[in-house]
Parts: sequence; structure tokens; C-alpha cells
Amino acid sequence: MNAMVKPELICPAGTPAALRSAVDAGADAVYCGYQNATNARNFVGLNFTPEEMEKSIRYAHDGGTKVLITLNTFPPAGKVELWKEMVDLSARLGADACIVADIAVAAYIRDTYPDLRIHLSVQAAASSPEAIEYYVREFGVKRVVLPRIMTVSEIRGLLKEIPCEVETFIFGNHGLMVEGRCSLTNYVTGQSTNMDGACSPAACVKYERADDGSMSTILGDYMIDRFGPEETAGYPTICKGRYKCDARDGGYYAFEEPISLNASTMLPDLINAGVHAFKIEGRQRSRAYVKKVVAAFREAVDSIMAGQEPRLADLVALTEGQKQTEGALKTKKWR
Amino acid sequence: MTSEPQSSRLGGGPGGFPFAPPLPLFLLNPILKRIVHRIAVQNPDMFDRLGPHRHAYFLIDPVDIPFMLYLRPDPEALDFRAVGRRNPPPHAARISGKFLDLLTLMDTEQDGDALFFSRDLIVTGDTEAVVCLRNALDDVDDPIAESVADMFGPPGRAALNALRRAAENAQKRKGAK
Ligand code: SF4
Repeated sequence: MNAMVKPELICPAGTPAALRSAVDAGADAVYCGYQNATNARNFVGLNFTPEEMEKSIRYAHDGGTKVLITLNTFPPAGKVELWKEMVDLSARLGADACIVADIAVAAYIRDTYPDLRIHLSVQAAASSPEAIEYYVREFGVKRVVLPRIMTVSEIRGLLKEIPCEVETFIFGNHGLMVEGRCSLTNYVTGQSTNMDGACSPAACVKYERADDGSMSTILGDYMIDRFGPEETAGYPTICKGRYKCDARDGGYYAFEEPISLNASTMLPDLINAGVHAFKIEGRQRSRAYVKKVVAAFREAVDSIMAGQEPRLADLVALTEGQKQTEGALKTKKWR
Repeated sequence: MTSEPQSSRLGGGPGGFPFAPPLPLFLLNPILKRIVHRIAVQNPDMFDRLGPHRHAYFLIDPVDIPFMLYLRPDPEALDFRAVGRRNPPPHAARISGKFLDLLTLMDTEQDGDALFFSRDLIVTGDTEAVVCLRNALDDVDDPIAESVADMFGPPGRAALNALRRAAENAQKRKGAK
């Protein structure tokens, strides 16, 4: 693969208004999903009806922006019909690609809509040349979204070995685990991130305030964190909870801390490595987030491509726990 | 239904807020009613995002002004009025924050999650109802703050611009800390 391709900026949208904000702020492509279990942000009040998707695709295409549809959950055994229907709908509406994780969904697109691009979701957790080659060979996958566990030099090495495009996350939620395999939320809420599309659904979340100003986050029947009056907070996900364990005194972030990925300082390295697309996480976020983050990265990517020093906007206010990290892109020891 | 203690971090109480209208609530309520009906007419689709929570009552608590707002975003039975702080009426969820922060949320200039992370926004009660309300308000065509300002013509727009400047300055002060 050649270095210095101009990477596409792939931006999130949970509502049509957010999609329009992303298009207006300079997104090369927007990714979004339907109001059902076929996408991994299946939260109540979020996502697109078929009518909204149709209008939104038209708006995006008029603005020269592609629309990638997230069908990135795993159908329960024998229940792939809904996923097929959403593929049919996406093809009919003129989507530019479907982002999929499950091989049955990928096979359906390959057989039914050979011209519809397949992007392999991060949920498939494919990071080795062998795994990626398998998806390319068997299903004609055109792009793989890499798990957030690889360093830039690993990505550079991988790009030399695989016959497809690569997309990396550059901003947003930093809940890693083995992507697409985490079952923590099932344990507490009975719903599956990977099959129902909802980690920590809001109906299972409660915030309780105490007189001293501290706040407890309750998920299902479990308290997963308590923030002091002046402490910044994070998402109500188990991976970002604080627990008591024998090895430490007091509450301890046993999995991950409330922190967001911000790879803005790594952009030149990623571009030099030959990454084809940069992904911003956050379909559950507001259009204010979309507008600010997309505009900031649009400016940064454009100035790097023009050979200028990128101006990196301060995005820390939008990060989880108001903390940011370059994550594994910089070092495997990000904690 | 829920009620909770006042936020200690967010302060609370009137606190000499410069934009607090010196109006008795009974004068304010017809204006609020007009506002909510106008927004509902302009954005009929927004209610779909509320799903089952359109019948819920929300208590919106700008902690630095002397009253709270009571909202039921049900297109068949819209209700939006100011209520006193002493005995908050029954509600499914309460959203508390500084007036200017709540305003910038309505102006789609602020990200609700960011305010939550910084603890400037406090949510108690039915979290799903609040998330649905947030998504519904976020998906309107024109920011709600702008639509409200437009209802009052040039003075409304001037007031919104003044509030935006105040919010921007407050933001800068926060960033400088
Ligand atoms: S618990 Fe964390 S890692 Fe697991 S699915 Fe939820 S957000 Fe992802």
C-alpha cells in the first residue's frame, strides 16, 4: 500500500440533525444505523427510521458525503432475517457501504448485492493479516476497521500485508476489551452489546446523589462507581466502573478508566503509515459534539495534507472523565 | 417519581442571577405555554424520539434562578410551566444545571455528555426518559433557543445574543481555572 493517501474522515450520527451537522462540518463519510438491534448503538430515542435514512442519504450525497450503514451486531442463531431486511433497505436507499461484523450478514451482501461495499466492523476484532485476508477472500471486504489495540508501527506493518483499506479510530470512547466479545453488560442487564446492540441501556441506569454532593452510578442492581463532589464522571459502563479487589486498597478501575481516545497528535504518523480512513466515535453524542469534533479533525487532516503544522483544537472538554489518551496507537502501556 | 437533594456542587438558590426575570410565575406561565406550543408545531417529528416517555413529567432545574420548569412533552397534552422551588411536583426525572449551561444545551452548542462528565449537569430519576428527551431536543431543525428568541423578534434575538456571550465568557472562565 502507498503512503500519503488522503484519509477519509468518517463521522458519527445518531440523528438526522447530527448527520447534517457532520456533512456541513466536512465529513467525507457519515456512519449511522437503524432503530433496531442491527446496530451497536441501539439506544432508545436514537438512530434513523427508513424515511429519515432516505432523506439523510440524499442530504449527504448532495453535499458530496458518503453514508455507511452500521449493521454491526451479531444476529442470534437462526434469526438473521432482520439483518437481511436492513441490508435490502440500505441497498435500496443507495448506501455507500454497510459496516458488518457477522459472516452471515457479509455473505448475504456478497451474494445479493455484489456492488455494495462491505466494511468489516471493529466488532469483528480482525487485526491479524490472516483474519483480514479471510474476510477479503471470502466476502470481498473492502475495508477493515481496526480494533483499538494496535500501535502505529503494527498498523504500518499490517498495511503492507493485506489487500484492503484500513480504518482506525482517532477520537471517542475508549472501551476496549476484545471488541465484539465483551459480555459484561449481559451479566448485569440481561441485554447484549453484541446481539441487542446496547451496552448499559439507559433503562438500567440510575444516578443517585448524596447530601455531600457525591454521585453513585447504579447499573441494574449493582453500584459500579461513586464520584466525589469534585470528581469528573464517566459513562455508566462496567468496563469504566471502580471495584474493590484484594490487590488494591479502595475502589479501583479494574478494567479501564473513564478516558477518551484522542489521536490528534498521531495523525501525521497514521497518514504516513497509509491509513485510508479515520473514524470518530460517538453516535450516542449530541450534534454539538459532532460539529466540534468533525470540524477540528477536518482542519487538522487538511493542514497535514497541505504540508502545514496541524492546528489541534482543544477537545478535552468533550472527553469522558475529561481525560484523553493516545491509547495503544502510541504504546501498549496506555494505563 | 422522584425528588432529590439540591446539588451542593452546582450551588443552587437564586444567587442574584442577572437574567432572572423579576416576574411572578403566573405572568411567566402563559409565555412558557406559547413557547412550547410553537416549538411543538414547528417540530412535530421530535416527539417520536420520546417513545413511551412523552407522557413523563420532567423537572428542569436551573439551579441559579429562583424557579424550576415543569415539562410534559406530550403533543396531545403539552404542559410547560414554572414552579416554585419549595415543593417540586411529582416528576419522572430531574435535570439540574446552571441556567447558562442549560441554555447552551437548548442552543445545540453544548454537548450534554460533556456537561455530565464535568458534573455540571445532574440527572436523577428515569435516565432513559432524560436520554430520549435529549435526543428529541437535539434532533430539531433550528435550535430551540433560536426559535424561542425569534418569537420575540429583535429584542428576543438581542437577548439570546447577550446570553450567548455570557455563556461563552462563563465557558472561558471555566477553561481558565
Ligand atoms: S462494558 Fe465496556 S467494553 Fe464492554 S461492551 Fe460495554 S463499553 Fe464495550
